[in-house]
Amino acid sequence: MKALCWHGKKDVRYDSVPDPRIEDPRDVIVKVTSCAICGSDLHLYDGFMMGMESGDILGHEFMGEVVEVGSADHKLKVGDRVVVPFTICCGECEQCRRGNFSVCERSNRNQALAEKMLGHATAGLFGYTHLTGGYAGGQAEYVRVPFADVGPVKVDNGLADDQVLFLGDILPTGWQAAVQCDIQPTDTVAIWGAGPVGQFAIRSAVLLGARQVIAIDRVPERLSMARAAGAITIDFEYESVLDRLKDFTAGKGPEKCIDAVGMEAHATQSLDALYDRAKQAVMLETDRPHVLREMIYACRPAGILSVPGVYGGFIDKMPFGAMMNKGLTLRTGQTHVNRWTEDLLNRIIEGQIDPSFVVTHTVSLADGPEMYKTFRDKKDGCVKVILTP
Amino acid sequence: MDTPRTSVSRPRLARSAARRLGWLSIGLGVAELLMPRAIAGIAGMRGREGMVRACGVREIVTGIGILTARRPARWMWVRVAGDAMDAAALSLNHGPRLDSRTAIAAIATVAGVAALDAGCATALGRIERRGRPLGRDYSDRRGMPLPPSTMRGAARKDFGTPADMATPALLAPWPPSASRS
Repeated sequence: MKALCWHGKKDVRYDSVPDPRIEDPRDVIVKVTSCAICGSDLHLYDGFMMGMESGDILGHEFMGEVVEVGSADHKLKVGDRVVVPFTICCGECEQCRRGNFSVCERSNRNQALAEKMLGHATAGLFGYTHLTGGYAGGQAEYVRVPFADVGPVKVDNGLADDQVLFLGDILPTGWQAAVQCDIQPTDTVAIWGAGPVGQFAIRSAVLLGARQVIAIDRVPERLSMARAAGAITIDFEYESVLDRLKDFTAGKGPEKCIDAVGMEAHATQSLDALYDRAKQAVMLETDRPHVLREMIYACRPAGILSVPGVYGGFIDKMPFGAMMNKGLTLRTGQTHVNRWTEDLLNRIIEGQIDPSFVVTHTVSLADGPEMYKTFRDKKDGCVKVILTP
Repeated sequence: MDTPRTSVSRPRLARSAARRLGWLSIGLGVAELLMPRAIAGIAGMRGREGMVRACGVREIVTGIGILTARRPARWMWVRVAGDAMDAAALSLNHGPRLDSRTAIAAIATVAGVAALDAGCATALGRIERRGRPLGRDYSDRRGMPLPPSTMRGAARKDFGTPADMATPALLAPWPPSASRS
């Protein structure tokens, strides 16, 4: 079969690879009909995440048709149309039973490696380093889905791929980011990053009743998409984020802040951003946490910081004194996708949200390597790419 | 969906070039501060290590200015002025030996960099006067069936924050939502 494989920094290729096969009775094989490039795939593309090996199949946002089912009892059968969450979970361990699916205790095949790096292993993820199990990803014609009686979400044929594909990652990620904020009707929610996750966080914050939503980015088309959902926008290349946030909140700062940027903040108009770039260049720091610093500084005392943006390793010069003295609450984590999928699928069916608004490019899987560049450089108005095998 | 566009590639190119020149400035400045003798030797300025160090400080300050300013055009012009000072210093130092290969190479390099700096400064100035580029217009991509003002709070009817993500009532810094909404 054909798949997009990682071969090193900025080197993604459309390769021929062996077809996946059933390895465990709970597996199924899915024939992919649509997959997407995620912002967090760019951390792999840019070489900032540890644990990748040449030839690894990328991709953790995908959906398709079940074409083969393992021998164990299944809720799935051949021909079912499914969206597959990016987190692999067993459904039986203590964390899964609590709904903390992204920290499943059993699905990561490389537990020892993950424990060395993180202290404890987290869930296995599709196409996202050997620290998360080294599972083959979904930017491929076929994918083996482990624990398939737990994760995959069956969807009706009446819904188009681009309406439901994002149930596997970015829609629940934006939703959880907003839910973690425990939004109240009097709240101002500031969201750093108006990429796909930021866009869904904006809409989630609106649906959850935030009085005011503020989106911070520098890419004009992303800001226009944010304004379409009622967000006030701040272009950090032309305006002072801190001054504008104070303007919109009578000097008090937003009660809730969401970091939908993560480890590769592109801010340049501050000394701390320069410092991060210089340290990262000489490998003295893995991530660029400008947004985290700015959120801690901007957030109203006793507020909440929600971090769906991906961080990979070590950060430096965090204003933890401000964090502690302001009594801020920090909520983080990969998304517990299966907690939200049923509810969000119902909202899509009811028409409360139509996730297809975010798709700007649909191309064939073979064009994937080129689209990685387009998406990374935010060229051609690119916000979200769907690939069709 | 209709996606009218205006060009955003030129401003990005100019800003990207400015960032590269900013980092070049810092790199050169650090080299001039740490290795003044070697730099002076390359430029044919032996014995003027103090001046090389001073240029290093200027380069670092200019580089930080370019990289941290919201409107970096004026800092790019500072770089051009610095290039002019460098060219003048080289000319004065070499004086009657201006025909030497080292002198010509050094002055030609400075002139080339000055042209690049001036081009970038001009482009940035034009962009800054014009204001922000519009890019593609995605203002029709709401993702919700009704205007945001109508959709605000639509999910609150049938969704409650899970207990493990809700702020415990005793820790809530504000009155609970029921009494505020």
